[in-house]
Amino acid sequence: MSTARTLATAARVLRQLGHDPRSIALMILVPCVMLFLLRFVFDGSPQTFDSIGASLLGIFPLITMFLVTSIATLRERASGTLERLLAMPLGKADLIAGYALAFGLVAVVQSLLATSLALWGLGLDITGSAWLLLLVALLDALLGTALGLFVSAFAASEFQAVQFMPAVIFPQLLLCGLFTPRETMQPALEAISDVLPMSYAVDAMNEVLRHPDVTGDFVRDILVVAACALFVLALGAATLRRRTA
Amino acid sequence: MMNSSGVAVLARGLTVVRGERTVLRGLDFTVLSGRITGLLGPSGCGKSTLMRAVVGTQAKVTGTLEILGRPAGAAELRSRIGYVTQAPSVYDDLTVRQNLEYFASVLLPGRGSRDARRAYVTRAIEDVDLASHADSLAGRLSGGQRSRVSLAVALLGTPEVLVLDEPTVGLDPVLRRDLWDLFHRLADERGATILVSSHVMDEAERCHRLLLMRDGRILAEDEPDDLRIRTRSETVEQAFLHLVDQADALQEDAR
Repeated sequence: MSTARTLATAARVLRQLGHDPRSIALMILVPCVMLFLLRFVFDGSPQTFDSIGASLLGIFPLITMFLVTSIATLRERASGTLERLLAMPLGKADLIAGYALAFGLVAVVQSLLATSLALWGLGLDITGSAWLLLLVALLDALLGTALGLFVSAFAASEFQAVQFMPAVIFPQLLLCGLFTPRETMQPALEAISDVLPMSYAVDAMNEVLRHPDVTGDFVRDILVVAACALFVLALGAATLRRRTA
Repeated sequence: MMNSSGVAVLARGLTVVRGERTVLRGLDFTVLSGRITGLLGPSGCGKSTLMRAVVGTQAKVTGTLEILGRPAGAAELRSRIGYVTQAPSVYDDLTVRQNLEYFASVLLPGRGSRDARRAYVTRAIEDVDLASHADSLAGRLSGGQRSRVSLAVALLGTPEVLVLDEPTVGLDPVLRRDLWDLFHRLADERGATILVSSHVMDEAERCHRLLLMRDGRILAEDEPDDLRIRTRSETVEQAFLHLVDQADALQEDAR
């Protein structure tokens, strides 16, 4: 693994994005618009906005980065640039870390804007520190990047890649405790939700919402999210083959 | 010319299986250093698979295949071989210069090499005559221009072996001539070994040596002149047809 090649790859991914201002605007603004919408949907019950809003601050970066990464790496596979890079002295880890770094930076900007808007513009009321919200959002973005990279190996077209979003993300969204507390679900579903990483992302957000300090549960939750992200990134790396049929 | 008598690529019993199909059937051939070797044959005869095997991106390769004395696909060969795929493999949403800068930083990373990278990028853009389009997005260029960007990427870092998969397909005659002039300059002045494929037989005349392929086998390995004399043909195309007929007749006899 080479730091210089990783940085060059991250810079290249950001340059590509730089030629596509509309995508940047969509990535940055859509979460803010959704939070704004949500605030007034729950106009009569601010507590509901607090809890759902905090969870969504963690879920938005995951979904955005999942979509962006799966399409970007699919393009890399389809355009032949992946084959070219792997025939050059580039490590697989350099490529993956480059993508994670570039999209992680975008996620930081996205989360900073969304979190600031929620806390100071829309009156989202949290007990813990805003920095912890940001940390969880970043880890979620990393998880989204990892999942996107992994599923892009199984998509033959951009059409299929987009369909993986409902397949991979929606079940997690339903089971993560956003709609109803996980312990009130049918026991089998609760057990499934216990092994899905998004559940821990939402749990971590709720810890920040309710507790002034870093709790043991919070630490466990973010460790689970981070470990899942790294595990899936490693799986993604295994789908990059220097030799193909 | 540097070590023109050396062997850059050596294949013995080279076999490649793709799915159920045996695409290359026990090939023996050599590619000489510092020379332009043309790989000619009809579409689908296995040219691209052979090139991918040389570059080290083809799976299920058996037999012996050595490039610069190392087994194909060895990590240290990755910076010594330049490869151009049939379809241009560049980033459409980057400019020509940005494409080259990225690939240059993969080949030659680090701050210390910044000047060397800049020199490589400038030279590669001039080599393929795209200086006037250096700041255009690759996706906005014509097909021929994009394939020249792809070629420029392969020229970065002065690779010892260049593997070019149909680099002149779809180009107009003037550009084709310019590219062949470039290939000869690369071989003569930079000592590059070039393995270039084509399904257009008239390009054979511009190669030093030829590998004629058909249906996963090598029909002939020779210099264009010797090939024509040996088969008493006027052109390489006629020589190829002559060899095909001969091979078919042999097969008939064998039955």
